[in-house]
Amino acid sequence: MAKITAGIGCSHVPAIGAAFDQGLTQDAYWKPLFDGYEPAREWIKKHKPDVAILVYNDHGSALTLDLIPTLGIGVADEFQPADEGWGPRQVPVVKGHSALAWHITESLITNEFDMCVMNKLDVDHGLTVPLNIMCGKVDDWPFAVIPVPINVVMFPIPTGDRCWRMGEVIRRAVESFPEDLNVVIFGTGGMSHQIHGERSGMINRKFDTAFLDDLSKNPQRLRYIKHEEYTTFAGAEGIEMVMWMVMRAALGDNNVHEVYRHYHVPASNTAAGLIILENDDLKKPQKKSAKKAVKKAAGKKTPAAKKPAGKKAAAKKAAVKKPAGKKAAAKRPAAKKPVKKSPPKAAKKAVKKVAKKVAKKVAKKAVKKPVGKKAAKKK
Amino acid sequence: MDYKEIKALKAKFEEVPGTYLFNADRCRQGYWLNTFCSSMSKDENRKAFLADEAGYLDSRFPKLTKEQRRCVLDRDWLGMIKNGANIYYMSKYGATLGRSFQYMAGEMTGQGQDNYRAMMMDGGRTTKGNLHKKQNGGKVSCISNKSGKDFSKKA
Repeated sequence: MAKITAGIGCSHVPAIGAAFDQGLTQDAYWKPLFDGYEPAREWIKKHKPDVAILVYNDHGSALTLDLIPTLGIGVADEFQPADEGWGPRQVPVVKGHSALAWHITESLITNEFDMCVMNKLDVDHGLTVPLNIMCGKVDDWPFAVIPVPINVVMFPIPTGDRCWRMGEVIRRAVESFPEDLNVVIFGTGGMSHQIHGERSGMINRKFDTAFLDDLSKNPQRLRYIKHEEYTTFAGAEGIEMVMWMVMRAALGDNNVHEVYRHYHVPASNTAAGLIILENDDLKKPQKKSAKKAVKKAAGKKTPAAKKPAGKKAAAKKAAVKKPAGKKAAAKRPAAKKPVKKSPPKAAKKAVKKVAKKVAKKVAKKAVKKPVGKKAAKKK
Repeated sequence: MDYKEIKALKAKFEEVPGTYLFNADRCRQGYWLNTFCSSMSKDENRKAFLADEAGYLDSRFPKLTKEQRRCVLDRDWLGMIKNGANIYYMSKYGATLGRSFQYMAGEMTGQGQDNYRAMMMDGGRTTKGNLHKKQNGGKVSCISNKSGKDFSKKA
């Protein structure tokens, strides 16, 4: 099965691409920025993704004002570098992953994300600069790329919450794809910057640092940052950071750890940020064995397990068996979850979680002893 | 959102100094201006424009307003923004003239590229006084984050 194993948050400043193309990466101005990319390149070499889903925005390069798709996805086999006024960047052609892209498209649309499907899409610096940042100078990009362009140029643009929910669907879509694929997801753009008007050049390190911190500590805060807040505090073009929400949500709820971070001011007009988050769900082997043990315990000790029913049913039954107080407590996490639009997974997860806890308790204590209300609540 | 709510939200964005959020109104106002800029993403168009700037505009983009046309020909970058240009589209025109985002920012801010660049290397522009038009009489402060130096262009 395919898995989203890591997320990368990454600025896509065009000047970084230009410095790259002109061989200026060791110039005094650029060196501190580019040196900070080295560990990330080492990481991705070891991580060896098969596919990257790359959330970015087109900057009036391939998508003009003639057509303004709010949410797009590139399903082609390859994507050519766009001409942004200087002639196309001399970077490798971007190879797509059509089968997975189409599957994600179907999944998104059936989940009410009405995607603009793109069979032809030239990709601009928004997509190619993050690839250079992570891969350096290469003859071919070392993985396939599924471009996901989001309109963050013409307001109104999608909210952080909308981006988040889209990320959740992408996660489920990838996880249900039958091919074994190591998938990473990029959220690009940002960080604080403004590049138009008299306020150009405003940088807010405090905002950016808190944003990077909360990607692992408190992503739910980021999810609900309003457009006004981004625009006022992170610069008008800092709004691009909503796209990081797709990436963050695609990693799951509260199960990531930060592997690497790099932050530097300036990259031309912009605060450049880079962060790598790994998905702990898949990384920690002891977690898996713990899960197994819990399952085993549940199988032996709960009456529900007599039936060879699925996990979900067992969990449900286990939860139902409890006295009223606990039932309410069991319901609580599900209700609390702000994952409004994805009931199947969220509910499943919540149920699983409760079942796990319950099973653990049951296994620990003598069998039929009901777990105290308080203890259940505490969890 | 209904009409009133959208209007109120747009007004809120207009309270940020030195900022011209590219919303539906500006998109409508600047359609031809931005479409001209988009046309600069093709080499043959760049050549045609550079060979005869006014002719190119008049023959292909007759719907540009007089003021928009002037801004293009005069390289009035802030004027273009005020007349509905979006910076990303404008960058295609900038590139045609060999001008970077940073150059255009230097021009739009009135600081000039060198001064602007120095401010950026000193940590960028501060947020202090730059979050609301009421804070600084609508004027944008050119104080840098790191050393707190004023990078306004001295007359």
